[in-house]
Amino acid sequence: MPLETAPAVAGKPPAATPATRTEARERAARNRKLTVYGARIAVLLAFLGLWEVCARTDVIDPFNFSQPSRIWDQIWQWVTHGTAQGSLGEQIGYTLYEALTGWVIGVTGGVLLGIALGRIRFLADVFGPYIKVLNAIPRIVLAPIFLIWFGLGPASKVASAVVLVFFPVFFNAFQGAREVDRNLVANARILGADNRRVTLQVVIPAATTWIFTSLHVSFGFALIGAIVGEYIGATKGLGLLVAAAQGTFNAAGVYAAMTILAVVALLTEGLLTFAEKKLFRWKPADAGDGR
Amino acid sequence: MSNTPAIELTNATKRFRTPSGALHTAVRDLDLTVAQGEFVAVVGPTGCGKSTTLTLVSGLEEPTEGEVRVYGEPVRGINPKVGFVFQQDAVFPWRTVLSNVMAGPRFRGVPAAEAKERARDWLGRVGLGAFEDRYPHQLSGGMRKRVALAQTFVNDPDILLMDEPFSALDVQTRALMSDQLLELWAGTGSSVVFVTHDLDEAIALADRVVVMTAGPATVKEIFTVDLPRPRTVEAVRLEPRFVELYREIWASLGEEVRITRERGAGRAA
Repeated sequence: MPLETAPAVAGKPPAATPATRTEARERAARNRKLTVYGARIAVLLAFLGLWEVCARTDVIDPFNFSQPSRIWDQIWQWVTHGTAQGSLGEQIGYTLYEALTGWVIGVTGGVLLGIALGRIRFLADVFGPYIKVLNAIPRIVLAPIFLIWFGLGPASKVASAVVLVFFPVFFNAFQGAREVDRNLVANARILGADNRRVTLQVVIPAATTWIFTSLHVSFGFALIGAIVGEYIGATKGLGLLVAAAQGTFNAAGVYAAMTILAVVALLTEGLLTFAEKKLFRWKPADAGDGR
Repeated sequence: MSNTPAIELTNATKRFRTPSGALHTAVRDLDLTVAQGEFVAVVGPTGCGKSTTLTLVSGLEEPTEGEVRVYGEPVRGINPKVGFVFQQDAVFPWRTVLSNVMAGPRFRGVPAAEAKERARDWLGRVGLGAFEDRYPHQLSGGMRKRVALAQTFVNDPDILLMDEPFSALDVQTRALMSDQLLELWAGTGSSVVFVTHDLDEAIALADRVVVMTAGPATVKEIFTVDLPRPRTVEAVRLEPRFVELYREIWASLGEEVRITRERGAGRAA
């Protein structure tokens, strides 16, 4: 690399030197990016290729483990001809609707309660133990109960998404409200803020970092809640596709539904990151590198 | 009204419960009077309880014993006449510079347009007019401190409490900020209590310098600084009277510093 840049610098007038170096550095950064992307694609192709080859040469049993080409065929068939339960879009729509509704309810509840308990000591002291007990229950076992309570429709899936989402969001909001810089609160109070303003304009903005960390994780939980609910019993949804495929020993169907889920989860995750960037303009740029 | 002292602490004592459960006396039997329009600097060894004195006057904390009066009225909760500049950064990081300075008037119910106008005026006076759209993390430490000053002054406080406000700044910026503070203060007629560990800064700024004892803090001695105003920090430092005062006050302060240091050594051993 130094060999390459040295003659270029010598050949140009001194004023151009910084620009050339900057350009060289930029080019190196671009190349590195391309290499990383290339390597990523190579890893994916190698994995899928190995799987396909192993399945075709009967190293692994394609009936149990399926193979990429069959999974693709399955996805394509669902896209073009629809599933046994209706069109693929409808299934995705149902699952997303359930997950999103559960997520919104769980996040709203978690944030409100977390901040209320974080700000009001009395509430925290009274409700603290109960919340700990509820949190200790593996909440996924509640899904069958919800199915009994709310039936086969979306309500039972929304409920299981809510219980999965609520707790991580609640604990983060609670922690965030507790750990607000005391100087900021003191400053706001001196400047004339009453308790309500301290909560709305100091505690909540300060806690948003904490809350947003949990939003990322919790949307994944909302999807899990919706899918597990559907898997146990439903009339529509991606979870039902998995259950139906499993029931007919269609491994490709299970994988296909999983693939679709992964894509859906990644897209929503991307949207969240985008929203976060908009919301956290006040943060130093390097703060996000911790993730 | 004009004869009422701005701040009156009588026999003020403040005890805290430490996390281990022991009682810690931060301030004991403190008597201090600050006249209206007076600039008082409080110096003392580190950790002796100087900051606690300020929180008592501001109403952020209540005294365990004794009384604190502001303009003759006992302090009950936070007094709207009081402004407080904190040692650490206390500007709101999610608000722009302008919005930070507007916060005080907005909290006090001033309409947005008027608050903006007043905030712009003060930002201009601290020389940050061109930075109103920036966020605090985009500014230097000295600039953030100027935002904090504007944020405090925009509320027109009659009493200004400053807790080692410039201690985190480098020496040159500190001198500039001190001059700027004197300039801003000159127009307001407010009373200032300025806590610092820097004796130079205390003498250069204040009308009176209060020396605190090693903790628990109480007033040891009070010195009157008879240097003429207006002052600039760099020039006043070179005057013979300044050096004389410095020697006098340091004789008193140095002893307390020594006691604190010996205690620290004793505790470490």
